[in-house]
Amino acid sequence: MGEELKLFGSWGSPFSRRIEIALKIKGVEYEYLEEDIFHNKSALLLKYNPVHKKVPVLVHNSKPIAESQVILEYIDETWNDNPILPRDPYKRAMARFWAKFIDEKCVPTIWKSFMSGGPEREKAHEEACELLSTLEGELKGKKFFGGETVGFVDIVASFISHWVGPVQEAAGVDVLTEDKFPMLYKWAEEFKNCPVIKENLPPRDKILAFFKARLEMLTSSYKNRV
Amino acid sequence: MAEEVILLDDFWSSMFGMRCRIALAEKGVKYEYKEEDLRKKSDLLLQMNPIHKKIPVLVHNGRPVCESLVILQYIDETWPGKCSLLPSDPYQRAQARFWADYVDKKFSDLGRKICTAKGEEQEVAKKELIDSLKLLEGELGDKPFFGGEMLGFVDLAIVPFYTYFLAYETCGNFSIEVECPNFIAWTKRCLEIESVSKSLADPQKVYGFVLHLKKVNGIE
Repeated sequence: MGEELKLFGSWGSPFSRRIEIALKIKGVEYEYLEEDIFHNKSALLLKYNPVHKKVPVLVHNSKPIAESQVILEYIDETWNDNPILPRDPYKRAMARFWAKFIDEKCVPTIWKSFMSGGPEREKAHEEACELLSTLEGELKGKKFFGGETVGFVDIVASFISHWVGPVQEAAGVDVLTEDKFPMLYKWAEEFKNCPVIKENLPPRDKILAFFKARLEMLTSSYKNRV
Repeated sequence: MAEEVILLDDFWSSMFGMRCRIALAEKGVKYEYKEEDLRKKSDLLLQMNPIHKKIPVLVHNGRPVCESLVILQYIDETWPGKCSLLPSDPYQRAQARFWADYVDKKFSDLGRKICTAKGEEQEVAKKELIDSLKLLEGELGDKPFFGGEMLGFVDLAIVPFYTYFLAYETCGNFSIEVECPNFIAWTKRCLEIESVSKSLADPQKVYGFVLHLKKVNGIE
C-alpha cells in the first residue's frame, strides 16, 4: 500500500512551518493543505483535530496527529534518517526541556511584547529580552542547538529566526538584534542559510504586511480605550 | 560506578512531583528523596533548576532533568526494562504525548479558577473541567487504564490531579463523580496500585493546603 501523508497547515503559522522543515529534513513526500485558520477552517481539519481545532495536523495513512512538538517526535520515530532528536536519553531530555521553554515562555512573551500596548508591552519586552538571553546561553558556542546539525530545538526555535524579524519590523520594536544577542542572531542566519531551510522560508513580505495590518488595528483599538 | 538518583520535590502539594514518584516506583528505581520548602528553596534546587527554580527535579548522577513530563520520558528511556510508560508504536506514543500535553494545558488553570474564582467565572471553569474529564473518559473507553492493561504515561500524567478533586468539589460545590463516574472509576483502579497510592498526597491535606493558600492570598 502506498504511504499517504498529509499536512494541514497555514502559511503564517510558525507551528505549521516546523512540520514542513522536519519533513523536508527527512526527505519525505507529503501533500500540503492550506487552511484558512482565521475565517474558514475546513471540515477535515475539525474532524482530524476536534480537541484544539488548530494547525498543524499531520495525517499519516488516515491517522491524525496534532500539536507540533508531538508531531515532530512522531516524524523522528517514524522516519529514521537524519535524526532530529539525539539518541542519548539525557540529551533528549535537554532538547525537550528547551523546546518546552521556547513554546511556554519565549513564544507567548515575545508575541506580547509586539502585540500589547503601553506598560504591558514594556514589561513583556523586558521579559522577552531576559528569556532570549537565557536561550542564547544554551547555544554555548555551538553552531545549532542540535550541535553540528539542525535538531529539535532549532526547528522549534524557527519562530525566532523566521518570524521575529518581520514582526519586530512591523511593530517598530527591536527585540532580536545583532548587538543585543550576537550568538542568537548568528544562529538565526546560519539556520536560515541551511539548504533545506532556505528553500522553505515563510513569505517575509506577506508576514510583514499581515502584522502591520494587525498591529494598526490593535493600536487604534488601544488608543480608543485609553 | 554506583548510580545516584535524587528527586527534589515537595511531597504533598505538587501534582508534578507525584507523577515522578509514581514513575520511579513503577520502575523500581531506588532514589533519594529531598523535600523542598518552596518558601525557602535550597541551593541544590536553585543550582539544578536555575531557569524555573521549581520542583520536581530529577538528578541522575549529578545531572538534572526538569519538567515532569520530560522527567517521565527520561525515566522511561533510562530504565527501559520494566513497566514501559510509553507504548512502542510511534502513533500510540504520539497519542499518549498529545493527551498528557492536553492535561497540562487544561487542568492547572481550571483548577485554580474553580478554587479561587466566584460566580460566572467559577461556573465556566467548572463546566470546562467536566467537559475535559468527559473527553478523557471518551479517550479511556473500555480500557482499564489509558495505557491499556497497565498504567502508562497518560495515567501518570493525570492521576495526581485527583488529589485536588476534593478541593475543587468543595470550593466549587459540585460532584465530579456524579458527572464523570467512569473517570472516578479509573482513579479508583489506579489507587489500587501501590506505586500510585504511596505517591499520591492525601486529598484532605491538599484541601487544607488550598484553603491556606487562599487565606494567605486574601481570597475568600
